[in-house]
Amino acid sequence: MAIARRKFDAVIVGAGGAGMRAALQLSTAGLKVAVLSKVFPTRSHTVAAQGGIAAALGNVTEDNWHWHMYDTVKGSDYLGDQDAIEFMCRQASEVVYELEHYGMPFDRLENGKIYQRPFGGQSQNFGGAQATRSCAAADRTGHAMLHTLYQRNVQANTQFFVEWMALDLIRDQEGDVCGVTALDIETGEVMVLQARATLFATGGGARIFSASTNAFINTGDGLAMSARAGIPLEDMEFWQFHPTGVYGVGVLISEAVRGEGGYLLNKDGERFMERYAPHAKDLASRDVVSRALTTEIKEGRGCGRDADHLLLKLDHLGEDVIKTRLPGIREISMKFAHADPIHEPIPVVPTAHYMMGGIPTNFHGQVVAPYKTGPEEVVPGFYAVGECACVSVHGGNRLGTNSLLDILVFGRAAGNQIIEDLKKNQHHKHLPPDASDQALARLDRLNNQKDGENVAQVGDLLRKTMHTYCGVFRFSDMLREGVTRIGEVAERAKHIEIRDKSRVFNTARVEALELENLVEVAIATMISAEARTESRGAHARDDFPVRDDDKWLKHTLYFREGRRLDYKPVRLKPLTVESFTPQARTY
Amino acid sequence: MKNLERARWRCRRGLLELDIVLQRFMDEHYTKLNEAELRQFETLLGLPDNDLWDMITLKEAGSADSHPVLRLLQTI
Repeated sequence: MAIARRKFDAVIVGAGGAGMRAALQLSTAGLKVAVLSKVFPTRSHTVAAQGGIAAALGNVTEDNWHWHMYDTVKGSDYLGDQDAIEFMCRQASEVVYELEHYGMPFDRLENGKIYQRPFGGQSQNFGGAQATRSCAAADRTGHAMLHTLYQRNVQANTQFFVEWMALDLIRDQEGDVCGVTALDIETGEVMVLQARATLFATGGGARIFSASTNAFINTGDGLAMSARAGIPLEDMEFWQFHPTGVYGVGVLISEAVRGEGGYLLNKDGERFMERYAPHAKDLASRDVVSRALTTEIKEGRGCGRDADHLLLKLDHLGEDVIKTRLPGIREISMKFAHADPIHEPIPVVPTAHYMMGGIPTNFHGQVVAPYKTGPEEVVPGFYAVGECACVSVHGGNRLGTNSLLDILVFGRAAGNQIIEDLKKNQHHKHLPPDASDQALARLDRLNNQKDGENVAQVGDLLRKTMHTYCGVFRFSDMLREGVTRIGEVAERAKHIEIRDKSRVFNTARVEALELENLVEVAIATMISAEARTESRGAHARDDFPVRDDDKWLKHTLYFREGRRLDYKPVRLKPLTVESFTPQARTY
Repeated sequence: MKNLERARWRCRRGLLELDIVLQRFMDEHYTKLNEAELRQFETLLGLPDNDLWDMITLKEAGSADSHPVLRLLQTI
């Protein structure tokens, strides 16, 4: 079958903050850019980011990028690459001011400067007093950012392919990346988008867990495409559980609540975080707070009939603060928990929120993979930014407000790197003859499957398996069994069937393809988690409760072929400053 | 014409809270809508996530009295 083909200078998969920031850099430079998105760009999951963008502007209290760097390294539990972290923290102020000039409606102080609020894990003077570092637009920072970047991209003539799903990466014999095969959801047409640079900005994949704060679109598509193309996935055992998802539905209650002075209570009305993090209390790092909640529940101090959640109290902040600073959070609480936080606390549980792992890249956004003897060789033509990428600036645990910073800094950096690389590569590489074979074979199997498995049922089983065997606390025997169980889920997923075989708007087909992607992410997670016999950041093992820097100060690499693991060293040497050597992590 | 599938896909949003509310709406109400209500729903789906969420949650600000589809969304 002849497949239509279109050529671009750059193809970007994903139109969230990372993809659109990179696209803007490229389109402004006059390159021909295509951006593919499963949903309309401003409905990407970046829209859900409430808290803000971390940048040491020092508008409210004294601040310094070096302090921010310290917090990020410590927050990562020393698994973050310190060259990339220095790069990010140093560029933070610049990308925030740049966004301001693009028209981002930041909140203001009375003197006209950008308003900043405190956020968990951020300190002054290398672990001293709470820092005030988060730049926000009410509790709609992500929404405002997406709209600002979308408008700019439209002006810069970025070409959007809306309601398109990328199916597979195209690599030639040398391993260079030449574009993607993609599906137009509306027509069912399959097309090759050939490019001199292919950038993945496909976001996260926390839909592998049954309790998740992620939107339904977050199915890890970019990771699965990379894995199928032979690219390893890095640090997939590290998933951040947000301490405060609304009990029963997963919808997120941002740290902004605790930044403004809200705090957590157990069934005895005790402010229990004082016991777990005497200094930072409720503003300790997310993994610390999530484990505290899980411990409270495990030890019988949970609330409600089943003693299975905790309470987030904010009524003492007063009606005015809640209505002006936290209006969205009040709406969510009333809708999903039937609790008005002006009068009563919000029931919350730790909920899967953010993927620290992903497609391995350097801090220029270039995908790096083991090649010959080098552990980190650049894959020509392939770039990744945002949650789908593992730079790694978040290491074992991400700090709140560092993700919006991540997508701005590395979206721009990847754009700049692509502009440089394309000056050297003036021509498209020849497409291999089998460019789309893999994608077409997957579609054919779906169309021809008889007496197969049900997509929704296999999906539910996958999410329950991940939550049961690979949740906030991890146990040796559970992980071993989890590897077997998720393997069984993967076997069943090979036979998923769709009843509707039509071409136009076949959402059953899209959901089946998404499930295939979730399977790849889930297996990588379970196998990586089973192997790491220590506790670090968000990866908490019951049988290995402490961090083991002698054995495990290294990044995991998962290879799909043979479900094999390898490791590479953490980059402990920053660009210009002294390395932060691993210390016990207390808050 | 696959209007149901098209609408279902456009209920895929950036906000999980909208995913949940709109999926409940599709399951409970969509097939019972008349022509005018289908057009209203389509218009609502074209809104940005936070604007739509505001209309669903900030009941006092909306003009839901003359908008039966919005009123249904508010009750979910």
